Amino acid sequence: MSLRASSPAAAMAVLRRDLLLAARRPGEWLQPLGFFVLVTVLFPLAMDPEPSRLRMVAPAALWVSLLLASLLALEILFREDSRDGTLEQYALSGQSFTALLLAKTATHWLLTGLPMVLVGPLAALSLAAPAAAVPGIALALFLGSLSLSLIGAIGAGLTLGTRRGGALLSLLVLPLVAPVLIFGARATAWAIAGEEAAGALYLLGAMGVLALTLAPLAAAAAVRISME
Amino acid sequence: MGSIPAVRTTPAWPAALPESPWALQRTDNLLEVSQLHLWRGDRHLLRGLQFSVAAGQLLQLLWPNGTGKTTLLRCLAGFLHAEQGEVRWQGTNVEKDRDAFHWDLAYLGHESALKGDLTAMENLRLSCALRVPQKAERLRIALEKVGLGSIDPALPVRSMSAGQKRRVALARLSLWHARLWLLDEPATNLDAAGQAVFGKLLGAHLSGGGLAIVATHRAIELAGTANRFWVAPQEVPQ
Amino acid sequence: MSWTWFHRFGSPPYFYRFAGRWAPWFLGFATMLLLVGLYGALVSAPVDYYQSEVYRIIYVHVPSSYLALMSYTWMAVAAAVGLIWRIKVAHAVAAACAPAGASFTVVSLVTGMIWGEPTWGTWWTWDPRLVSQLFVLFFFLGYIALRGAIEDRERADRTSAVLAIVGVVNVPIVHWSVTWWNSLHQAPTLMRADGPSMPMSMLWPLLVMILAYTFYFIALMLMRARAEVLRRERGGTWLREELSDEEKE
Repeated sequence: MSLRASSPAAAMAVLRRDLLLAARRPGEWLQPLGFFVLVTVLFPLAMDPEPSRLRMVAPAALWVSLLLASLLALEILFREDSRDGTLEQYALSGQSFTALLLAKTATHWLLTGLPMVLVGPLAALSLAAPAAAVPGIALALFLGSLSLSLIGAIGAGLTLGTRRGGALLSLLVLPLVAPVLIFGARATAWAIAGEEAAGALYLLGAMGVLALTLAPLAAAAAVRISME
Repeated sequence: MGSIPAVRTTPAWPAALPESPWALQRTDNLLEVSQLHLWRGDRHLLRGLQFSVAAGQLLQLLWPNGTGKTTLLRCLAGFLHAEQGEVRWQGTNVEKDRDAFHWDLAYLGHESALKGDLTAMENLRLSCALRVPQKAERLRIALEKVGLGSIDPALPVRSMSAGQKRRVALARLSLWHARLWLLDEPATNLDAAGQAVFGKLLGAHLSGGGLAIVATHRAIELAGTANRFWVAPQEVPQ
Repeated sequence: MSWTWFHRFGSPPYFYRFAGRWAPWFLGFATMLLLVGLYGALVSAPVDYYQSEVYRIIYVHVPSSYLALMSYTWMAVAAAVGLIWRIKVAHAVAAACAPAGASFTVVSLVTGMIWGEPTWGTWWTWDPRLVSQLFVLFFFLGYIALRGAIEDRERADRTSAVLAIVGVVNVPIVHWSVTWWNSLHQAPTLMRADGPSMPMSMLWPLLVMILAYTFYFIALMLMRARAEVLRRERGGTWLREELSDEEKE
């Protein structure tokens, strides 16, 4: 008789399953990325696209787009698994529920957050950011998107099973991720201006670590309650 | 435990799982429920339920609709919290070590918990990866046992009929080494052949020393097992 | 046994009676303190050197700001108690705090705006203290919205409890924002290491007003929580006896 799977192995199985599902249905996961690009493009269209002005607006445009696209993506994080009973089976598997949900959040970030991190610098370049700012911008987006996914998962868990989750999700998540938005935009602005962005980046990293330790517990609690 | 046949055709339960200290206790009644009360808002849904189920027994909940079948099963599984009462598995209160209890438990709800975009084999492989990873050969055997041996292996589950989907869920049940089965209307969407398959699966499980509580609207006839019927929540199970 | 009072409060009949008895007293105290405080605020406190009469709005702004944070904390504590020990009365208390707390936060923000215009020259500024206080309002509204969006009452209780607890991180941020960042909002005058920095003649009406608002909040919370318990325990036999007792009085 083989021994039962350990929690990390089970979490990897969940990760593999979600990636496999995403491969079968790519459209669902490309939508947030498309939305991200779309909103970023709207800013130069809506204003006088003179380069120095664009450069000033670029941090705000990038981060608002990131936030909105992430909120869009968060709606589908748990929805499907909640509907077909998979989340219930995860809760009954005898494995750490928090670990399994963290695996789901990780896949979610790989499919929605990471593409935005890769496309973000390109979008920044289109908003007249200098090429030297790209590493700083990419790092800020990377750290920020991690926190957005982790904290957003709490909101996704809380709104599971409510009728019109989307608007409520945004209302709940916004106050929680505001610090990420503020410091991420600040780091981006400093990178674009060629100044030292380390302070803001360290803060972003600290927020990410804090989110990694606390947010999955809150998200797991919220999801468990939704199954009652 | 005289009702268990001496010769077993299915693999016996592992004598002692390395992680589970409970296997050493030998109680006749594996599942004991005492004075279970549950309220949901204003409604007093479960009123002082008291029953126990021994190894090899099948308890069928034939309660009328809306009287709490699903509530009881979900409460036993651990989704709902009972305000009063105790559930004991192998002599130990389930609240003490939920993970160990869940390891011994297989729950099948109204939803089959299958991913429509994956094939049956992929669904089974990934479900087992959460518990005990199985080789592809065993998964194929399990699918054959439920009568799905001849389907196209590349067929995604969403293209199957409702009955076939339910059969995949039943195949999954047989692959988990769970001693207690809590099944909520398992035979929905199953045709006569499907129900026969289910009966065989259930019979094999029970004769191997497992137990099952099944909520169903139609009584299941199984020969050679300790088959108990519970017709209404106020009455004592027969 | 120190836990007996804890469990006693968790019993709906006890809480119902307790709240019914004490709420009028708290309301009475609040009214008296309010009158005294208003006299102090409007009549006896001297005129400020820099801000002349406008500063008197402090007597509404500061108490309501304190109460906004205090009521959120109280709501989070009640929610945590309800979540961990599964005490339903605690959930009723948490639900009762939310509308009152939201109102206090709105009053705080609005009076802040009214004060800010003549003193800072602007109605609003995107300043850490103001923004974090605004987020307190968002958390309150989110809590109320989440409760309303879930039909099953127990799930609504427990889900919104998680939200209330998660949002508690915001409360210290509001309080410490003026110390951590260069905020337009002034630094703390009351809760400081070396004592308040206000003269006594201005200080005592402020303390009285804070106490008045606190008692008012407690009275409001008790009355609302009592009504909530009433709604939830409709089917209980104890309620029928209780109400018939009240009729006889």
